[in-house]
Amino acid sequence: MVSLPVFNIQKYCIHDGDGIRTTVFFKGCPLRCAWCHNPESQKPEPQLLWDAEKCTQCGACAAACPRGAAGDSVRVDRERCVSCGVCVRVCPAGARQLSGKGMSPEQIVDEAKKDLMFYEQSGGGVTLSGGEVMTAEPFDEVIRLCRLLHEEGISIFVDTCGMAPYERFDAIRAYTDCFLYDIKAMDPEKHKKWIGADNRLILENLRCLSRDGARLRLRIPLVEGINAEPEDVLPVVELLKEGVRAEKIHLLPYHTFGQEKYRKLGRSGQGELFRVPSQEKLESLAELFRQAGYSQVVIGG
Amino acid sequence: MEVQEKQGGRTAQEQHGCTERVRRLREESLNTQPRIYMERAVLETEAYQKYEGTVSIPELRALTLRHFFANKSISIPKGELIVGEKGDGPQSAPTFPELCCHTVEDMRIMDQRELIRFAVTPEDLKTQEETIIPYWENRSIRHKILNSMSDEWKAAYECGIFTEFMEQRGPGHTVGSEKIYHKGFADYKEEIQKAMESLDFMGDPEALHKKEELSAMSIACDAVMILGQRYAELARSMAQEETDPQWKAELLTIAENCTVVPAHKPETFHQALQMYWFVHLAVTSELNPWDSYSPGRLDQHVYPFYKADKDAGKLTRDQALELLECLWIKFNNQPAPPKVGITLKESGTYTDFANINTGGIAPDGTDGVNEVSYLILDCMDDMKLLQPSSNVQISRKTPQKFLLRACEISRKGWGQPAFYNTEAILQELLAAGKSIEDARRGGTSGCVETGAFGNEAYILTGYFNLPKILELTLYNGYDYVADRQLGLPLGSAEDFHSYEELLDAYHKQIDYFLDIKMKGSNIIESIYANYMPVPFLSIITNDCISKGKDYNAGGARYNTSYLQGVGIGTVTDCLAAIRYQVYQEKNIPMKELLRAMREDFVNDPQILSLVQNFTPKYGNDDDFADAVMQDVFGYYQKAVTGRPNQRGGSYRINMLPTTCHVYFGEVMLASANGRRAHKPVSEGISPEKGADTHGPTAVLRSCAKMDHIRTGGTLLNQKFTPSVVAGETGLMQMANLIRTYFNMDGHHIQFNVIDRQTLLDAQAHPEEYKDLIVRVAGYSDHFRNLSKALQDEIIARTEQSFS
Repeated sequence: MVSLPVFNIQKYCIHDGDGIRTTVFFKGCPLRCAWCHNPESQKPEPQLLWDAEKCTQCGACAAACPRGAAGDSVRVDRERCVSCGVCVRVCPAGARQLSGKGMSPEQIVDEAKKDLMFYEQSGGGVTLSGGEVMTAEPFDEVIRLCRLLHEEGISIFVDTCGMAPYERFDAIRAYTDCFLYDIKAMDPEKHKKWIGADNRLILENLRCLSRDGARLRLRIPLVEGINAEPEDVLPVVELLKEGVRAEKIHLLPYHTFGQEKYRKLGRSGQGELFRVPSQEKLESLAELFRQAGYSQVVIGG
Repeated sequence: MEVQEKQGGRTAQEQHGCTERVRRLREESLNTQPRIYMERAVLETEAYQKYEGTVSIPELRALTLRHFFANKSISIPKGELIVGEKGDGPQSAPTFPELCCHTVEDMRIMDQRELIRFAVTPEDLKTQEETIIPYWENRSIRHKILNSMSDEWKAAYECGIFTEFMEQRGPGHTVGSEKIYHKGFADYKEEIQKAMESLDFMGDPEALHKKEELSAMSIACDAVMILGQRYAELARSMAQEETDPQWKAELLTIAENCTVVPAHKPETFHQALQMYWFVHLAVTSELNPWDSYSPGRLDQHVYPFYKADKDAGKLTRDQALELLECLWIKFNNQPAPPKVGITLKESGTYTDFANINTGGIAPDGTDGVNEVSYLILDCMDDMKLLQPSSNVQISRKTPQKFLLRACEISRKGWGQPAFYNTEAILQELLAAGKSIEDARRGGTSGCVETGAFGNEAYILTGYFNLPKILELTLYNGYDYVADRQLGLPLGSAEDFHSYEELLDAYHKQIDYFLDIKMKGSNIIESIYANYMPVPFLSIITNDCISKGKDYNAGGARYNTSYLQGVGIGTVTDCLAAIRYQVYQEKNIPMKELLRAMREDFVNDPQILSLVQNFTPKYGNDDDFADAVMQDVFGYYQKAVTGRPNQRGGSYRINMLPTTCHVYFGEVMLASANGRRAHKPVSEGISPEKGADTHGPTAVLRSCAKMDHIRTGGTLLNQKFTPSVVAGETGLMQMANLIRTYFNMDGHHIQFNVIDRQTLLDAQAHPEEYKDLIVRVAGYSDHFRNLSKALQDEIIARTEQSFS
């Protein structure tokens, strides 16, 4: 069975897109945003999460692990661990969790269909998010997923970083109601430094989607000290003036809640480098859009 | 009154009440210490000593009410616009020794305990000991009931297999119709007279019984008219002496109101509310019926008066609101009369379960929401009182504006209003054989119980402990908590070779206990029919007059007996765990599981983890678990529904627990789903605590797989943290959740918005709060999965979300 890497299907999402939505989080992302708050979404492979606060050091995992990846202690030896999940079942404290599993488009549709009545009542649907859905492999299966959802009459929103060949966007455009499109930095150098990639393709795809009549909502993550100054935001206003049609602009303030996920993955956190922009700052940035005539700007999801 | 303070979720600076008068009356209602009111018992004893043996039993009951209303002390505290108390002021609770007679010890307990205390004076105690106990001790209905029950019934009752409603309060669970606004009691008296004149003493063998009952109803009409007259006279004489011109004028209005009602039909909005209140007092003074009494579709009943007064320039919206708030305070002034024995000790609430349905549809099937409906929403929001329980009916036709306003009040987190589904109620009533006209006038009372308002006696008979019966099934019918053989000896769990065999044994045990329960209930119904008629309630319940029959004897147009299934979430998860882990996956041998359960899982953390974390559970939209729920529900529903009761009607089921799920859990060992020994079982049709981990839509989907239409009401509690329902989006989607659940035929939903205290508790006991989802920042997560620091952060911000 061909499957796609999914790390979560969350129901009753009411802040990302219209109505009551089910968000499918795909595992794997082509970018490495320095402030990423979903580090478990970066690699496409399943990964073991271990919660030190919950662990009671009982040793059940070490006894059960077929590869000795729990070693003689209870920590995770990331070199040896193949994310088989055996330790998850034996842990009486629930300190171990496997993030990511393969799901066929049919399985995803079956899960999404359960809340059909909620979508229809609220004008909601499914949001494909991540990680990054546009780089999920095999992409033909993503296209098929979109077609199947569309055939069920389920609205699709695609939450994307834009870092994928345009043919892919073109292939699902007809099934997609709206793209929630991230712009993390307009300055190419800044983008390379903090995101780990050039932003040319991202901006090019955005222009093409706008040209081809896709509904777009821009999502701009703002990290104090990195990309939360007028000089960072004004080029987005220029982009709009230039003709990119976005029906809404969301300013998303950075938050620190992703930190603990790094620890669960056995990675070091992001340190003190990133800060949360103040409410006044956010307001003043929103004002830049309003002054340019774009009234549909909101702070938050 | 701590319960109310907490329930109201109020802060010191919040204002409750649209005027100074209302605020003051509300404060008095909340701050007065509840106390015992002995006058009723004393006057009742006098009446019995005077009349018993000289008249029929129905007439004796009516004469007792008349004697009470003619002689009880009455007063009109300054500022009241709606007058009349059951006792002698706010929070004064009469006793009903004819139902259950308090011992001296009972009275000491209620006086001395800290929570839900009723003050008893030394003089009260003396009266109880010297006058009340000697006369009533062996005459009470409770005494008759306990003497009439079989040994099996007593054993099952004592071990917590079921409870019995009628042993301490009378049959009631009933609700009024619009008739009292079209007809005064002088008019009812004429109708009763005509019915008496048309009795057939030539051909009807019951004619004498009917005559006695009708004569009693006629006396009961006099009783309430005497009370009205006394209030009219008191107000008039107080007005003569009064120097404050405003209060003087108000007293004269009260005098005028009480001259018109209850003898005649009301002419104004103010009189309509006063009419209801006299009726309420009479129903709840005559006997102590369960769930007191409720006005039914109050918004629709009083709207014509509101409109006429407003059009004539006699009433403003604000004045109408003030009058409604005065009525609300009257409800809140009446604590539920205290019980006796163990029930007294365990009873943790003052609530009398009056319940007002607002909204829904009109008798012609059109949208029933009117201006008074919105006024009532404002009133409940303003008052934030435990009583009356203020709820809304939502139909497909209900304007979104009304639903959103109700959601706005509900998300403040004090549990009201609850939401009832009009279309589900309609279908339930039609499926139970009611006419479309009567069904459209119906609604829910008590907690969620469906009834044809004004036309039906729908009596709750008891809670039925579904998980405990499964426990007995696993141990060959033996109750290890009470240490006695209680159920049928059908073999132990290890003897069952398949899930089907186990299920079959469970069904047999259910049948066994249902037979015991229903035999008991039938006897109890007959006891009430013969010894404790309620002629006043019979006047205002349709068809009692034309049939010449009492409410308690089958006089109402429809007569239903409800049996309430409790613990469907727990029993589903237990059976699902056994089916999945023992029979299907074979991860746990039955013997091991039973041992772990007997030992409360203390030696088996892995078995506990398997049944808790790696087993399909109800509340997650998981078909494996939900199919088990459908099996259990379906069996229980079919086993009960349609069996005849003693009043010409039949049994049906509800799925609601009130607070009985706590008691039902106490009498149980640990269960197969990982529920620890003596912990509460699941409440209503809600999933087991912590079992639902896929958010609200999955809970609603699981719950809707139950066939609500075949019940007389189901209860669902949905928890939220404030941030999930915050803002315009939160409100809109809350409304959409309700609409969708109701489109799926869900009967009822109420929202508990989690407060800070609960989050603190969840931090200390994460295993009990696995279902708790919080919105973190742009995303939601399970509270238990967050680090302590993050939990603290969320706790810190939870308090201010609705400031």
